[in-house]
Amino acid sequence: MYDRIREKLTILADAAKYDVSCSSSGGNRKNDNKGIGDSSNGICHTYTEDGRCVSLLKVLLTNHCIYDCAFCVSRKSNDVQRAAFTVDEVVELTMSFYRRNYIEGLFLSSGIFKNADFTMERLVRIVKRLRTEERFNGYIHLKTIPGASQELLTEAGLYADRMSINLEMPTEAGLKLLAPDKSHEEVKKPLAFIQSGITQYKDEKKTGLIKSVPKFVPAGQSTQMVIGATPETDMEIMHSAAQYYKDFSLKRVYYSGYIPISYDERMPIIGSQPPLLRENRLYQTDWLMRFYGFNVNELLNTKNPHLDTDMDPKLSWALRNLDQFPIDINTAEYRMIMRVPGIGVGSARKIVEARKFGRLRSDQLQKIGIAYNRAKHFIRCADSPILLNEPDAPHLKNIILGDSSSKYLKVPQNQLSLF
Amino acid sequence: MVTYIFDGSFEGLLTTIFEFYDRKEKVVQLVWEKFHQPVMLQETLEIINDEAKAKRVWAGLRKKLSPQWQQMFYKAHLSEQPEAFNDLFNFARYIFDSPAGAENNFGNPYVVAVGKWDKKVNREKHRMKAFIRFQQTADNIYYCPVEPDFNVLPLIVSFFKNRYADQKWIIYDVKRKYGLYYDLHHVEEITYEFVAEIDTKKIILPAEVTDAKEELASVLWKDYFNSTNIPARKNMKLHIQHVPKRYWKYLNEKEGKN
Repeated sequence: MYDRIREKLTILADAAKYDVSCSSSGGNRKNDNKGIGDSSNGICHTYTEDGRCVSLLKVLLTNHCIYDCAFCVSRKSNDVQRAAFTVDEVVELTMSFYRRNYIEGLFLSSGIFKNADFTMERLVRIVKRLRTEERFNGYIHLKTIPGASQELLTEAGLYADRMSINLEMPTEAGLKLLAPDKSHEEVKKPLAFIQSGITQYKDEKKTGLIKSVPKFVPAGQSTQMVIGATPETDMEIMHSAAQYYKDFSLKRVYYSGYIPISYDERMPIIGSQPPLLRENRLYQTDWLMRFYGFNVNELLNTKNPHLDTDMDPKLSWALRNLDQFPIDINTAEYRMIMRVPGIGVGSARKIVEARKFGRLRSDQLQKIGIAYNRAKHFIRCADSPILLNEPDAPHLKNIILGDSSSKYLKVPQNQLSLF
Repeated sequence: MVTYIFDGSFEGLLTTIFEFYDRKEKVVQLVWEKFHQPVMLQETLEIINDEAKAKRVWAGLRKKLSPQWQQMFYKAHLSEQPEAFNDLFNFARYIFDSPAGAENNFGNPYVVAVGKWDKKVNREKHRMKAFIRFQQTADNIYYCPVEPDFNVLPLIVSFFKNRYADQKWIIYDVKRKYGLYYDLHHVEEITYEFVAEIDTKKIILPAEVTDAKEELASVLWKDYFNSTNIPARKNMKLHIQHVPKRYWKYLNEKEGKN
């Protein structure tokens, strides 16, 4: 009797795994109705053998789909096993996993069956059941189905913590190439609609006129683009991401290295390596934009449309801008300290606090936890020796890369060797 | 140098600080009694816990430290590490001997050290929130044995109480032989006797004492864990970094991988 549910879970978890979002933070739901669960800081309950975090039960309601997007494993023309959960099954699985502390909550997505509204209505029915009947206050990430009615989206927003729609390809041209039926316009519309809902509920809360304003998508919206299936440059990808962060106040943009799942000639062939290093560099750039005060143009522009593979984007930026270094740790502004390769947000904050007590020496900086061997080329502190010849960028790059060994050296690059 | 021998408790640690100032000592080293080995010519003092003295020291620290640092001080102590006790002792001396606000001097080695212990204990606390795997027993209690590196159970009480408010649960520290039990109203500390009928060395409960649905739930979780993996991205180094091997025996999705 177990077999049917086991088979369904296997198929529908497998089909959902290419959606990389695993975040369970940013919600603020409390367990104040004597029910079960809460959501706060985000917890990764385990990690799969590919090193990705498992925080949510991430499944599709069904992998039946009326679309035929070339990059998608559930595309209509793909010969895979199909399955569909009932509403009861998803609710029961979620509760059973949550009560055992396996997960932070549910990430529910679906293939499009019949039409957008029909699909969205089912998704909403599940989350409504969880919130009202099961009194579930754990995290819920719900996919927005493009084209679904505004009434359904509003209802969904009242139950979900996060909603997301995927851009799929970084540019409209890329998307048209692989999914002619889709467009970025139909992603922007619901993103904007939910965004206005979030602002509206927040404003109502501020006025204080209504006693308890219900939560509306408290953990915000996110999106995902597939990297390496279409020929966009890193510049195009990150400028597109920056635009979406700005226009829709997105909490996250995810970059998913394309894993070949099709013999379609328009894309990398099955068996080629997913672009893991490139994906990593894009995330580093994303972090620099969101936490380190970098503008996307400083990192990627027409002069430098590609991220370096042999060094991280912060180091490449610093080497391109050596005129701004070295900086004096004991006097420089916080924003410049954060820009030093080898110094993170936490260490930068500590440095600014600690220097109030006296000029900092190199041994103190090392104790604080900066990557001193990397940072030392860009900073001066109380005991720095006087250097007569500052090395130029190519030399400095060699010195720094000689000091460190990249974790990617052993990973096969997306290139075949000749012999 | 005088060696203070104390019992490793928070009260004991605070008492040592009191004695240090009371006796106008110069250099002191702390040793937890269970690790103490007598050495010839070593000047030692056995610290006897004293609630009043400990309270005075704590009140003094509270006056000088922000609430965040009071927490960090307490948490660092739960690491139960010999070096951590000495770092806390020296940190307290530094705080008492300096003007207010000294805890922000990250140029001071003891400030940095206490910060690092706090970080380590926090990591273990977070792991316990993540790696607890409850098994539903036949009498409807959700049970989980654990073996944390540090003594972090006191730090996760409110988390589990708030989250699992409508189910009874037990979290039992096998190494330190005590646990937490939530009875739908309060969380109480339990001793070995409370779980006497359970073989706490065996992590997976035998089928006859679990709920009828327990086996399926565990099987489905393992299925899910395997299906959500992307083999083309396999990265065992990262996997082990996030889920260190010493925790595997407590994680049902890693069952049989040990």
